Parts: sequence; C-alpha cells; structure tokens
Amino acid sequence: MGLLNKLDNPYNAGGIVLGVAEDVLNWGRSKSDWYLQFGLACCAIEFMALNASHYDFMRFGCIPRTSPRQADFIIVSGTVTLKMAERIKRLYEQMAEPKYVISMGSCANCGGPYWEHGYHVLKGVDRVIPVDVYVPGCPPRPEAFFEGMMKLQEKIKMQAIFRKREKIAEEDAKNAAEGKIVVPGLVEVDNH
Amino acid sequence: MQANEIYEKLKAEYGDAIMELVSDEATEAWIRISPDKILEVCLGLRDDKGFKFDYLANLSGMDYKDSIGVVYHLYSVELKHRITLKAILDRENPTIHTVERVWKTANWHEREAFDMFGIIFENHPNLIRILSPYDWEGYPLRKDYVTPQEYNGFKVPY
Repeated sequence: MGLLNKLDNPYNAGGIVLGVAEDVLNWGRSKSDWYLQFGLACCAIEFMALNASHYDFMRFGCIPRTSPRQADFIIVSGTVTLKMAERIKRLYEQMAEPKYVISMGSCANCGGPYWEHGYHVLKGVDRVIPVDVYVPGCPPRPEAFFEGMMKLQEKIKMQAIFRKREKIAEEDAKNAAEGKIVVPGLVEVDNH
Repeated sequence: MQANEIYEKLKAEYGDAIMELVSDEATEAWIRISPDKILEVCLGLRDDKGFKFDYLANLSGMDYKDSIGVVYHLYSVELKHRITLKAILDRENPTIHTVERVWKTANWHEREAFDMFGIIFENHPNLIRILSPYDWEGYPLRKDYVTPQEYNGFKVPY
C-alpha cells in the first residue's frame, strides 16, 4: 500500500497527498467489513470466543449482521448439512455485491470428519457458493481465523474497482505469459 | 424397586405381555415386552402407585439386523428407580402403538425413531421426519442403508 507511506509524511511533498482513488476506496472497504453470521456447529462456539472481549473481533471493523442484505461477507462456521446447503445458497444470493465468503473449519472446507460416512453432510461449502478464504482447523483457533480475516482484507485491497474487466484481462495475460496458473479468488491460509 | 421386583409385579399383572427379564448383561437390566401391549403396560408403569415411572428419559430405535427394536428408558423421580423396556418388531413392518399420550416427551423421540429407522408409531399425532429433510428417502440409521449419490442436485459422496 503506497497510500499509507504517503500519509506517514504528508507534508514532505508540500502538503499534498497523492494517492490512487481505488486504494482509498479499497482501504475503506477492507477495514469495515460487515459479516453475516452463519454459525452451524462447534466452530460457532470458537467464533463466539472470537467475538468476545479477549480476542475482540470488532477491532477489524467487523460488525455482525443478521440480514444478508447488510452484509459484505459471510462466515460459514461449522458443518454444512444438505438441508442447510439450500438455505446457505439462498442467503448468499441475497447478499449485495461485492460479497465474499470465509469458510471456517474442516467441515465447511471439505466435510471434515464426516467426509466418508456423513450421508447428510455437504462435503465442502464450496460446492454451493464460491469461497474466498479457507481457514483450516477443527475448530480453528481465533488466531487462525484472524489470519484468514487478514487474507480477506489483503484480497479486498488488491481488487480492481474501476475498469475492472480490463484489469483482470491484463492480469490474466501477464500470468499466462509467466506460465502461472491462478485460480481466481483462492487464498489459502497456512495454519501451523 | 429392583429390576427383578418390577419384573415380578409386571408379570403378575400383564402375564404373557411381559416376555423376559435380562439382568446378566453389562448394561442395565431390561425387560422385553410384547409390542401389542405397549400402551397398557406403559400406562400401568406410569400410574401404578408402586411404579410411578413419571419420566421417559429416552426412547430410541434399534436395528438388530434381523429385527427392529424400540427401547424405552424409564425413571421415577419420586421413587428413584429405573427400568429399561425393549420391544422387538418385525423388520418388514415395524409397527408399534405410540406412547405419546403416556409421556408427552415421546412425541419428538418417536419422530426421530421414525426418521432414522422407519418405525411406524400408530396413532402418533404428527409422525413426520424431525431431523432429515421432509423429502429424504430411506432410513439412515438402518444397517442396510446405502448413502445416496445425490440429493436435490448436491453430490453427496466426497
């Protein structure tokens, strides 16, 4: 982020701060993400700890919403049953663009312990909605979730707002020239 | 009251409906009863001054491979004694009378047993699935249940 460096010494350049409007907008967006609560199982318990005073999730600028219409992203925390999968899809579709998804915990990532004998479990929420960040763990520690949250903020900061399609095409051409295979929207958190 | 005392008293009252007492297993002693007399026996267990089984702690279905069973765990809050009843049903047509009118808590327990094992509880006021979606096919906790390949467009296997 070039913008913040400039803000550190605003008067060196004669009191004028030069920045990219996109950076400013993305900075604002990444620091005030409202999320749709979607606690489904024991990950939601960990998520409650995350929200409480010790870990204080709100310092990320995240405010819990109970309506998909007011949410910027959705945190799917817990086991997604087939019965619930339909509801998740519907709620995701009701969210306003731009929207993001964090999949929290092994169950939401890939089915977790139910991967083989869970007749009623959807093996990964990415089968119904596109996931931006996967947070591994069973359940993930709040610290692990924070890393996921920061990955999401990174992603939002890098996003194109103006001339979006042109920029994406440019990036794709560049990646193709370098021989890189990029899966759009895939940021994985390494959890040790 | 001990399990054998309960068994003796029930046997004297209901005769052949009380089939056997099994007390040599690692689990609690249980009494096998005839499925067609379940309502009478349960009403007696609840209302008799010597039994006072006012609390149905659990009602669950069982799959014994060649038959289907219903297990009732009863407890008396006042007399502090407990007993387990088992009714063994035909696998092809597992039907038993509801005990919902004896203990209200049986309502949801019986719906669960219906949902998971396909046990039909006759005269139950609302015998519909409780955990699975209403359009689910099959009874998932039966031993011969096969996990579906697909549900409403979702792929089920990993």
